[in-house]
Amino acid sequence: MRKILLSSIILLVGLTFIGRLSYLQIFSFSPNQILEDPAIKAVYDYPERGYIYDRNGKLLVANQPAYDVMVIPREVKPLDTLEFCNLLGIDKERFISQLNKARVYSPRLPSVLVPQLSKEDYGRLQEKMRRYEGFYIQKRSLRYYDTHSGANVLGYISEVNEWDLERNPSYAAGELKGTTGIEKEYETILRGRKGVKYIQKDRFNRDIGPYKSGTLDTLPEQGRQITVTIDKILQEYGEKLMTGKHGGIVALEPASGEILALISGPTYDPALLVGRERSRNYSKLHYDTISKPTFDRSILASQSPGSPFKTLNALVALQEGAITPETTFHCYNGFYVGKRKRGCHCGGGTRNMNSGIYLSCNAYFAGAFRKIYDQFPTSAEGMDAWEKHVKSFGLGTFLGYDLPTGRPGRIPNKEYYNRIYGENRWSSSTIISNSIGQGEVEVTPIQLANMTAAIANRGHYFTPHVLKKIGSEEISIPEFTEAKHTTIDKKHFEPVVQGMAEVYKKGTAARLQIEGIEIAGKTGTVENFTRINGVRTQLTDNSVFVAFAPIDNPKIAIAVYIENGYFGSRYAGHIASLMIEKYLKGEITRVDLEKRMLEKTLEHEYAKPYSGQPFKINERVW
Amino acid sequence: MSVSGKSVLKRLDWFSVLIYISLVFIGWINIYSSTFTDDNPSIFNFAALHGKQLFFIGTSAVSIIIILALEANFYERFSSLFYIISLVLLLGLFVFGKTIAGATSWYNLGFFNLQPSEFAKVATALALAKYLSDIQTDIKRRKDQMISILIILIPAFLIIPQPDPGSALVFFALIFVIFREGLPLYYLGIGFMVILIFIFTLMFGTIWVGIILGLLLVLFLLLKKPSFKVPIIPVALIYIAIVLFSLSVNFVFNSVFEQRHRDRFSLWLRLEKDPKKLEQIRRDIGYNTYQSEKAIESGGKYGKGFLEGTRTKGDFVPEQHTDYIFSTVGEEWGFVGTATVVILFTTLLLRLVYLSERQKNDFSRMYGYGVISILFVHYFINIGMVIGVLPTIGIPLPFFSYGGSGLLFFTALLFIFLKLDANRLNELT
Repeated sequence: MRKILLSSIILLVGLTFIGRLSYLQIFSFSPNQILEDPAIKAVYDYPERGYIYDRNGKLLVANQPAYDVMVIPREVKPLDTLEFCNLLGIDKERFISQLNKARVYSPRLPSVLVPQLSKEDYGRLQEKMRRYEGFYIQKRSLRYYDTHSGANVLGYISEVNEWDLERNPSYAAGELKGTTGIEKEYETILRGRKGVKYIQKDRFNRDIGPYKSGTLDTLPEQGRQITVTIDKILQEYGEKLMTGKHGGIVALEPASGEILALISGPTYDPALLVGRERSRNYSKLHYDTISKPTFDRSILASQSPGSPFKTLNALVALQEGAITPETTFHCYNGFYVGKRKRGCHCGGGTRNMNSGIYLSCNAYFAGAFRKIYDQFPTSAEGMDAWEKHVKSFGLGTFLGYDLPTGRPGRIPNKEYYNRIYGENRWSSSTIISNSIGQGEVEVTPIQLANMTAAIANRGHYFTPHVLKKIGSEEISIPEFTEAKHTTIDKKHFEPVVQGMAEVYKKGTAARLQIEGIEIAGKTGTVENFTRINGVRTQLTDNSVFVAFAPIDNPKIAIAVYIENGYFGSRYAGHIASLMIEKYLKGEITRVDLEKRMLEKTLEHEYAKPYSGQPFKINERVW
Repeated sequence: MSVSGKSVLKRLDWFSVLIYISLVFIGWINIYSSTFTDDNPSIFNFAALHGKQLFFIGTSAVSIIIILALEANFYERFSSLFYIISLVLLLGLFVFGKTIAGATSWYNLGFFNLQPSEFAKVATALALAKYLSDIQTDIKRRKDQMISILIILIPAFLIIPQPDPGSALVFFALIFVIFREGLPLYYLGIGFMVILIFIFTLMFGTIWVGIILGLLLVLFLLLKKPSFKVPIIPVALIYIAIVLFSLSVNFVFNSVFEQRHRDRFSLWLRLEKDPKKLEQIRRDIGYNTYQSEKAIESGGKYGKGFLEGTRTKGDFVPEQHTDYIFSTVGEEWGFVGTATVVILFTTLLLRLVYLSERQKNDFSRMYGYGVISILFVHYFINIGMVIGVLPTIGIPLPFFSYGGSGLLFFTALLFIFLKLDANRLNELT
């Protein structure tokens, strides 16, 4: 007994130790060592974000250095707080509270004391900085905008949030990423890849050298520059014209689908969302619920297209053989749906396709629309045919352009009306408003522009896109380079284009011609409603215009949608005409027209629903 | 002499020597790793700690040669002298001692700091063996029992005020030797009871100790054979003694112990019920243990590799080259490494038990048990502390930890026994 006592204890202790060690090293062991290890710090080396150039190689977005004042609380020596605060341009309370915050975070690690000094402040501080121990200036890179325009399409970058961190392990807290627009869409190209250095730390969190002699470290990969299809001059000009107006302008190159300008009004200077005032500016923009500057109307505003949609109905009617260009309808300053009369502004008389288009006769298109449905035994079958043709122009879908947001708009189908009226309880007369682009159809400005491009190309379009080059390589993405064909035969386009050309010669936009340029266009004057305290209230009509030019070899197709601008020929027509001239000629010959657009605003219209008073709409004066 | 020298090498227990060499070698590798810096990689740099340790290993090798060369009965003959010298040296510390890290445990010899408590371990093991093996000593006699216990206690009590309670504790382990030689087992029972009551009192309080003990007594009275007469007065006295002891535990814990001692027990026995405070104690008092556990854990099955221990490099575990050297093994060599070391120690200790039991000479056997007890208690307390199953008690891991006195005297401790073992057949002739 005495002889084996000690041996037993030795064995028992040995087994206990092995048990405890296997618990520690085999069961508690976590394989994610390198990230959990307090002795290893990953230091990231951020590559410079890629620049963005316009279609002509003009710089749009670059980077600028920014300077953060950093503090390591433990190393701070007593100082003349007042003098230092004056240098930094902050008050003493803020200084003390920031310093306390930094101390709570960590006395040994650097924290930001004052973020993003301007270059001037930096110059002033730099020399005096070394007098203040524990403080230093750290350089960072921010976006720099070489334009005051394009905020909506360029997008902005912001700090990644927790959702991004969970979804994408390549982001780390505090990093920046593209949040909207091109910055978001082409994030991976612009961003490059960050490099990482693993640093061995001691227990006081001091660096004591590279981990594993740096064999696991990676070099940063530079972000690549991209060239976009936007025309900087056209974009800036369009935004200038939009001053004081709500709406969208989209200009495309019909032969390629390249987006020349994507304008939303009102907009803001992209530089507002960079630097020290960023969050204050962002709140201001975000909470402006009346003019909604962060809402990109050019791709998000889904509204009735109005009369430009008539061109599509004409094409469908021709394709289905319901009419020929010579077919006429009579306008009684309107037309009848059952016993109810619907109005028309064309002046009345007999209309064929040509005059129907250039005078925008409602009666003509109501007749043509009915004829389409008369081709079929039931309204439902007529609806199917109509829907197929209309959708082939890219309406009612997300189009597939390379921007992170969008709306599909609405092209109603038979299910839609069956739900509202019941099966076989509706006819072409019930849905007659669609013939003139009112009623249930809804489109976004970019869809309207794309539709115009399809007419300009006489039957096909290319998916609108903003990416032109990555680095110095032209992109060739099949999605963007292959033509999408509409279901309308090419021959049917000529009479419609003819009518659109007449719009500028003797029709609704006769006064908007441009010397030496053949334009085809179509006005739209769209009734619209809002709810004020729950009461459906009509507002001044929306002013809409689509156009392309030159007629024989279209270089630009444009859609302009101005909320509450009244006649299509007023604001939208003017702006479309000026934009086309600017793009094709590079200068404006009709200075009076331009002056009128730059000076006139619609703020009084937008104030009406909020005035609390009864108001008049569609006033003659302007 | 030359003949005897040759026979020593022939009869030496090479198995033990091999384990000894392995442990020293593995220990040095880990000291090298834990004191290694990139700008000082040379192993022969005697300014660096690993270089110094290499020098101590050399010194130990020389001491082995001397130990093996001396006559075997030299140790028995002079054991009393060694013991007295060690007591003098311990006493001398009160006057001439050098203080390192708060403990006055060293003599400054210029090139080397001598720690007499290490020498005292060897001397006490020898003296105890000598006394117990004396023909006139009868361990059944109360007086001889007391004297042998005193031999252990005197150096221990000289070491406690240095203060170095860890080293003092080591001497108590020599009680095993006296047990092996016939000290009644109820001493062990009493010792065990004392520890148990100590822990129980801390965990549940004196009242519960009294109640539980009373219930056990009642149970015993109910279940006993009717013929068995209970000696009522002694049982009552024992009961009262235990309750008084339990009360004194509270007194000692609250008034004699310092806060850091209390915190160590609070942490070990989870006495602190508030998890926040416990976590706080764990961070402060348990910092070393926490870091060493984490370092060992991070090694996983196979470890991070030689010189690749990030926490070792970052000096996260304090005193890593001395008391916490085992955590380096854990981090860099993983479970494979730690299990190997535990197995090596277990094998060495069991081998020594076997060797001791085959001694014909009482002195050799008793000394052998002394060696085992001292090595075992170091190994048990040190690794137990480093892997977090025992409270923090600062004593080194034999053959492993950095330190000249330690390595030299552990080597001497072991090789004196191996010399005695090699000589066992000569005893008969």
